Amino acid sequence: MITAGIDMGSRSVKVVLLEQIKVEGAKEPSFAVKKAHLMMPGDLDADQAAEAAFDAALAEAGVSRDQVKSIFATGAGRGQVAFANEGVTEMTAGARGAVFMYPQARTVVDVGAEEGRGIKTDPAGKAIDFAGNEKCAAGAGSFAEAMSRALQLSLKEFGEASLRSDKSIPMNAQCTVFAESEVVSLIHSSTPKEDIAKAVLDAVASRVCAMVRRVGIEGNVVLIGGMGHNPGFVQSLKSAMDVDQVLLPELPEFVSAIGCALIAAERQH
Amino acid sequence: MIANYGYKDGSGEYYISIDTDKCIDCAADRACLTACPKNMFEIITDDYDDEVAWVKKECTRALAYDCAGCKPAGGYTSLPCTTACTPGAIKHSW
Repeated sequence: MITAGIDMGSRSVKVVLLEQIKVEGAKEPSFAVKKAHLMMPGDLDADQAAEAAFDAALAEAGVSRDQVKSIFATGAGRGQVAFANEGVTEMTAGARGAVFMYPQARTVVDVGAEEGRGIKTDPAGKAIDFAGNEKCAAGAGSFAEAMSRALQLSLKEFGEASLRSDKSIPMNAQCTVFAESEVVSLIHSSTPKEDIAKAVLDAVASRVCAMVRRVGIEGNVVLIGGMGHNPGFVQSLKSAMDVDQVLLPELPEFVSAIGCALIAAERQH
Repeated sequence: MIANYGYKDGSGEYYISIDTDKCIDCAADRACLTACPKNMFEIITDDYDDEVAWVKKECTRALAYDCAGCKPAGGYTSLPCTTACTPGAIKHSW
């Protein structure tokens, strides 16, 4: 059986095709990711973007639409996936996906392009507590992206640069617009780019951490969402949360889509 | 599940927490729906097929302003939503 999870994020569309596989002697069904496909929409037509991303994933996997038993959508734009059988919230999908990847995970930190959130989960991957920031993107990826542009660094260079700094420069502005002014002031005072990059990522991590602390940090922490690709942010998050280890999936941006496809499969039984 | 709706900004933390486990079999007959002067609450079926209250999406970004009228400065001694919710499922962070 194949099911699909579509995560309609604010910046990109993630599609995962999940296949149920037979494992000899196993009591519970096992699943494997058959295809993970990411698409950055070229225009604002989200309905069309979802269709295009799903078709591309099917073509790459060599799977026809009829073979997909159920399609679940999540993410900020989940309502725009007209062909989905059902939609689930980002919290439900993120918690399920994170526990699928790391069964020992109990605290999930989800940081995407426009929103960050902390989720506490039970051993079955059911969200039991969550908090996000529904107003401000200062604790999310687009903030880091805007600041990297101000420093004229690519996102990759930005993350790597912050790892070369051991300075702690506080960034007091809560808002992206004012924070950019602070970055410009630091540039004018000849602060090295490495130190500014670390200051920005520390600020993002501190805002994310404040949300996670609302739900409480318990057990193993797993980071999901696109910011998981930024090594500087991972380091800053570890320091802000005061934990030794943050579990990081290989493809953090696909975890919610995986969770979505899993829920679609589980509801088939 | 404890669902925290709201945000943190430069002026503070503004979250309304709803303990959905206390909300499923509401002993107050969904009194929150009529108690809130801004009609911020709504009953939804969540991802686990439970009927629970949530804060409407369009209200979650302006809690500091929308709830201001029910705070002591607005002449209230207790919040209408938390008072109406006798099971104690609703809490304000500020």
